[in-house]
Amino acid sequence: MRLRCPICGERDVREFYYQGAAVMLERPAPDAGEAAWDDYLHLRENQPGDFEELWSHDAGCGAWLKVVRNTATHEVKSADLAAGGKG
Amino acid sequence: MRFSGLKVLAEGLTGNKGWGPHWRSPEPKAEYDIVLIGGGGHGLATAHYLAKVHRLTNVAVLEKGYLGGGNVGRNTTIVRANYMLPGNSEFYSHSLKLWEGLEEDLNYNVMHSQRGIINLVHSDGQRDAFVRRGNMMVGQGDDAEMLDEAGVKKLLPMIDFEQTRFPIFGGLYHKRGGTARHDAVAWGFARSASDRGVDLIQQCEVTGIDVEGGVVKGVQTTRGPIRAKKVGMVAAGRSSQVAAMAGMRLPIESHVLQAFVTEGLKPCLDHVVTYGMGHFYISQSDKGGLVFGGDLDMYSSYAARGNLPLVEHVTEAAMTLMPQIGKARMLRSWGGIMDMSPDGSFIMDKTDIDGLFVNTGWCYGGFKATPASGHTFAHLLATGTPHETTVRHRLDRFRTGAGIMDEESTGSQHNLH
Repeated sequence: MRLRCPICGERDVREFYYQGAAVMLERPAPDAGEAAWDDYLHLRENQPGDFEELWSHDAGCGAWLKVVRNTATHEVKSADLAAGGKG
Repeated sequence: MRFSGLKVLAEGLTGNKGWGPHWRSPEPKAEYDIVLIGGGGHGLATAHYLAKVHRLTNVAVLEKGYLGGGNVGRNTTIVRANYMLPGNSEFYSHSLKLWEGLEEDLNYNVMHSQRGIINLVHSDGQRDAFVRRGNMMVGQGDDAEMLDEAGVKKLLPMIDFEQTRFPIFGGLYHKRGGTARHDAVAWGFARSASDRGVDLIQQCEVTGIDVEGGVVKGVQTTRGPIRAKKVGMVAAGRSSQVAAMAGMRLPIESHVLQAFVTEGLKPCLDHVVTYGMGHFYISQSDKGGLVFGGDLDMYSSYAARGNLPLVEHVTEAAMTLMPQIGKARMLRSWGGIMDMSPDGSFIMDKTDIDGLFVNTGWCYGGFKATPASGHTFAHLLATGTPHETTVRHRLDRFRTGAGIMDEESTGSQHNLH
């Protein structure tokens, strides 16, 4: 599996650290309550198919990437900077 | 169908034409007291204990593929009770005791082999940690013994003690640990459940869960609707897909874990050996193949196959521990879909929907749990209350933060186990 980092180009998956569902970008307010934090930290759709997730290009530029990848085939559909923009 | 020495001999002389199926293949009935979604090891074990312990036989196990075709048919077959935390400790202790009586209980040879598990020690810190773990195992009533370097050498002459990077100073020896023939476990439970009247229905995919007014009423399947008073979801890596049919999201991510087996070799490894510095473990099957594996690929996956970086990592660890493995041919590798929970421990509970129960979150260790998972899930389904060994395995522990069971002490978060 290879990911195309918008800054560094296509690289081996070994260069990246996997964080998980991109829902991690939508951090609730500290006082949002137990249910909102449970949603954010634990509960997942976790369905096969296209999945938005966060990877960090640890061994490269260090950027956080929002990747769309098919979890049933491992096909990587897109990889953009999580902070927005295309790099 | 039953086996005997005489029958094996007679069949051997007459072309093995007289063997029949091990279980019935009934048409689904319109209604059952209990429907189990998932005909894997845990689902079939649940069916067995529902019938045997609770005398509940108006039960169906619905399997979308064939019985035992998921993780129970594609794992590294290790059976152990070396957990440390309250909750897991008593559960896996209970499971090992059930394993020790399983063949008699099922009248089926599951080839349970208590060949012992040795966790290798490479540093003083690791030794201290294993002494603590060993003491907690003994405290639970199970067995554990610390070996020094000479003790490990005596048992494992084929591993490389001269490693410069991770020299081996000793090991934690769990004698009652070992392996079992994974397929036979599924078949044994299936035969027993079927003989007692449970309907095992294969090629029957659940496509919907019927809920009315917060109460489960049954399931929709590719073989028609089936009404049920209670429904148990036992779908391992596909738990989230099943739960979504009831409008639920689970605290589960599905990941891929790979395993490997070499061609058959002469006996060279009598025990199960774990090599924590390489996140690697290995044993030798009764056919002679070296069976080994390592860590998760560490990304969400339903592909049932992994990627090459983990293959490289695992084979490097194999070569470091047993350099002679380099001369063996790798026969095959495979990947299973793991139901990973945030704290690395399983979930067995009621849900907010009356009559709907969930059994999931086995991470990469569901095989050893098979008998106890079935035994305790059957207890929950039959009585509505958790078995004494699963009272801590609540679905809401992540939301409340109370009762998290994090064996690795890395934190209760999805990407940390």
